[in-house]
Amino acid sequence: MGRIAALTRNPVMIALVAMLAIAGCASKKTPNNAADLGLNGAGAATPGSAQDFTVNIGDRIFFDTDSSSIRADAQTTLARQAQWLNQYKQYAIVVEGHADERGTREYNLALGARRAAAARDFLVSKGVASSRLKTISYGKERPVAVCDDISCWSQNRRAVTTLSGAGS
Amino acid sequence: MRSFLKPLLTIAAMALGMAAVVPMPAWALVELNVNKGNVEPLPIAITDFQGGDALGAQISQIVTADLKRSGLFAPIDKSAFIEKITNPDAAPRFDDWKVINAQALVTGSVSKEADGRIRAQYRLWDTFAGQQMAGEQFFANDANQRRVAHIIADAIYERLTGEKGYFDTRVVFIDESGAKNARKKRLAIMDQDGANVRYLSDGRSIVLTPRFSPNRQEITYMSYESGQPRVYLLQIETGQRELVGNFPGMTFAPRFSPDGQKVIMSLLRDDGNSNIFAMDLRSRSTTRLTNSTAIDTSPSYSPDGSKVVFTSDRGGRAQIYVMGADGSGQTRISFGDGVYSTPVWSPRGDLIAFTKQTGGEFQIGVMKTDGSGERILSSGFQQEGPTWAPNGRVLMFFRDSNGGPKLVSVDLTGRNEQPIPTSNFASDPAWSPLLE
Repeated sequence: MGRIAALTRNPVMIALVAMLAIAGCASKKTPNNAADLGLNGAGAATPGSAQDFTVNIGDRIFFDTDSSSIRADAQTTLARQAQWLNQYKQYAIVVEGHADERGTREYNLALGARRAAAARDFLVSKGVASSRLKTISYGKERPVAVCDDISCWSQNRRAVTTLSGAGS
Repeated sequence: MRSFLKPLLTIAAMALGMAAVVPMPAWALVELNVNKGNVEPLPIAITDFQGGDALGAQISQIVTADLKRSGLFAPIDKSAFIEKITNPDAAPRFDDWKVINAQALVTGSVSKEADGRIRAQYRLWDTFAGQQMAGEQFFANDANQRRVAHIIADAIYERLTGEKGYFDTRVVFIDESGAKNARKKRLAIMDQDGANVRYLSDGRSIVLTPRFSPNRQEITYMSYESGQPRVYLLQIETGQRELVGNFPGMTFAPRFSPDGQKVIMSLLRDDGNSNIFAMDLRSRSTTRLTNSTAIDTSPSYSPDGSKVVFTSDRGGRAQIYVMGADGSGQTRISFGDGVYSTPVWSPRGDLIAFTKQTGGEFQIGVMKTDGSGERILSSGFQQEGPTWAPNGRVLMFFRDSNGGPKLVSVDLTGRNEQPIPTSNFASDPAWSPLLE
């Protein structure tokens, strides 16, 4: 507990710990974060690579319960994503929308779709060409965190920006 | 005679002559009243069917399990039986059954015909009136042994309660296996008691929300197989599949209309909201029923096809709304404290089942079609997705606990909850109509 208390004084460290925690839970099938890509942390990625995007920019944003509003922290992440995507235009982009398990299956498919659309619209507002962007909703069918409490649900309420098409 | 599976065509029924000549009174021994306090299950003795080696005992066992699970019957332990039935066609010694408080007695026999078919017959006796209440015989091929038992259980249920049974039915569902963050989901079908599981998809893509066609031959469901999640139709016997409509965005939450001619579903708009459409399966024409900047989903027709109940968050959080089948007169009907979703209209037309989230719990409940008379039948940490038995007396849903979802049934009193045995995790059950 002492260690966590120490970490909380350093916001940068919190962000890193949070990211690693998420990476540890992620599905091995969809490499969209540092651990899945076999990286141990920031700095190892080639600028402009998918790894660079995931590790240094941050590929996901989180939402409040039953909400698709882009929070202030998410706006910062998405703005960073937009800047990077506008620099590396070779990528096509799929924004995945996800929900936590605290909703019914069909409603959560709709909620995930709305979250993906909200993230997409934000990226478009920051200059990313809408022709590069697609969305898909996974509802609550692809959780990255699997515990039965708030700490997991908050990680599962997410929109993940994934890169496809030409890449390095 | 229409049938669900080709081999079932050979099931044929005929009434057996009454062993007693007294005209049969048309009363029911069991009263179905969901508003009554404790329903006392009717003590019933179900003897092993004579003949057929182990088959006779097996049929008796299936009939016993069906009736017991309904919560309306209390089958008496065989070790308490005094009379050993040797001739199931002869009147039993009623006093021997009355003394162990068997209000009803089932006798029967099973035999092989020369053509290889099974002949099964049963008689239902009212022990206190001292007369036969019902008797029928059935012919079926080997593959339908269990169905014969379910049909007999339905006949007994109907004779004793005055309501149609629901045992000769199937359930389509999603079989789930593997870790929670890498769950394999397969379409599957089984008998309502969990027997005869058959898989209808290979698990390579996510499949969700299968729903039965009223003709029992098809299901509509949602699959990610093309990359984009879409609604499909599947012919259960042939395995033939087709996409329902060719829409630009995700289609989901499908259900058939009661005449089987339409599929109603949600279609994702480009702005991220979802609206409800109906598609005519013959003409392929689509009709938009809602047009709101909200989530409109989980549509379900009333059994006469004139109305649709659905979920919408147009008022802020998800609630239940009813509209005409043409989209007219959209009216909110749920006003309780909580979030309401997955409304499903009862096949009897009188009630709407739903999932409600309140106070950190998920509840399965029913309300009248105007939203009044809400009753919660089951509460839990995580449970959802009710489906109606064809007689409108029992619901099945799925409950997530101990690492994954399992199927559970509950009757309208809320007092009789039963697990449905499945070898893997299971979700999204949809109950078939009675088979034919």
